[in-house]
Amino acid sequence: MALKGNLRDFTITQLLNLINLAQKTGVLTVDGPVDPVYVFFREGKLAYAQVGRNSNGLVTILHKANKLTAHQYKVIKERGGHLSDKELGLLLINANYITQQEIISSLQAHFVGIVNQLFSWVEGIFKFDSDVKPPQGKIVVRVGLENLIIDGTRRLHEWEQLQDEIPSLDMALKFTDRPGANIRDINLSVEEWRVVSYINPKNSIRQIARANKLNEMEIRRIVYGLLQAGFVQIVRPDGAAPRVSQRTQIPATRTTVDQEEQKSLIFRIIDRIRAL
Amino acid sequence: MQTVKMVVTGPFNAGKTEFIRSVSEIDVVSTERKISAETERIKDTTTVAMDFGRITVDNDLVLYLFGTPGQKRFDFMWEILSEGMLGFIVMVDSTRPETFREARSILETFRAYAPTPYVVAANKQDCQDAWAIEDMRIALRLDSHVKLLNCVALEKESVKNVLLELLYSILDEMDGGKS
Repeated sequence: MALKGNLRDFTITQLLNLINLAQKTGVLTVDGPVDPVYVFFREGKLAYAQVGRNSNGLVTILHKANKLTAHQYKVIKERGGHLSDKELGLLLINANYITQQEIISSLQAHFVGIVNQLFSWVEGIFKFDSDVKPPQGKIVVRVGLENLIIDGTRRLHEWEQLQDEIPSLDMALKFTDRPGANIRDINLSVEEWRVVSYINPKNSIRQIARANKLNEMEIRRIVYGLLQAGFVQIVRPDGAAPRVSQRTQIPATRTTVDQEEQKSLIFRIIDRIRAL
Repeated sequence: MQTVKMVVTGPFNAGKTEFIRSVSEIDVVSTERKISAETERIKDTTTVAMDFGRITVDNDLVLYLFGTPGQKRFDFMWEILSEGMLGFIVMVDSTRPETFREARSILETFRAYAPTPYVVAANKQDCQDAWAIEDMRIALRLDSHVKLLNCVALEKESVKNVLLELLYSILDEMDGGKS
């Protein structure tokens, strides 16, 4: 089945959310204004990313991250040009040029930077190819997408889009049942934590906003981030009166016949539809 | 004569009219108009008030299927159409991810109108570009207990299956379960 579209219609936030929740493995290709961006995922985690067909090698990434001097960069480029990133990384660690942790954190920052670029793209054809692995010899990382999504949505300012996503502030929130997800591992701002502390099907989003002195834009943005990260879902508040009147919300058939008659009515419809 | 109704809703061009047409015993009373907006010129006409289909259950009972207009500027009709419904079906075009956000918004709006059971029908699943059901569930942010069903609105059996699943959800709710 295809997983393709345009960022104009299906944002990078929504895509990352999907990849995260479905724990997908594969490569996301987004056609950019100049070069395509390739982002590789393994079981829903960011593994590798590159811009264009030819990636920056490990040495260039380390040099840009100020982990190698200009002289070291030049020497390694000359002598180690034929080595893969994995071989080169091992060589640098063994030669005490750099630690394994420094390599991993530099790569993580580089890959996250590429993904962050995508948040500013409002348009671009994307496709996701399942089970494609990063190029051979490259060092892969394992970065959870929740923080990336939360960071990305912090930049989201389109009021209209937020209104579309959360049409009513009279609905409530509840935590989703996601085994393995731990909200303590997520970097939330103070305001976001305050909102999280009020999440309960009894509290409407509007009440949470009031309690935290947040305006509609601010509460929508926070709730949108939590929704996209897959931590919460929108539910009808416990004990809330439905918007429409009693007369209109319950079919006349339900108010005038008892439970058994209602069931019998439904069974009659079922029989009829089966026979169509 | 007792009458009950179900509502078929969803974004523009999701397949609501075809859905009703596939099972209605009368020619669907459709209020279609030529489309004027250039951006919505995916098809020639669209529903502006409602589609109306009928299934006679027996001598005493008739089921009406109402299709809502898909274009947002006619959303003032939705609340009127939702009055007294047994349940509702949200149609989503599986090949057009650009409509998923709107579908979710319509779903939330209808849930606010009335706490009746509902199912979501992933239409056009026979098309090559259709998104997989499990991907759509995440994209539409549907909880695992919400029924998201394969659908091809042009096929009667497929439409029957969606209607039956909605009816089973209604029965579940009567028994105190979740739809």
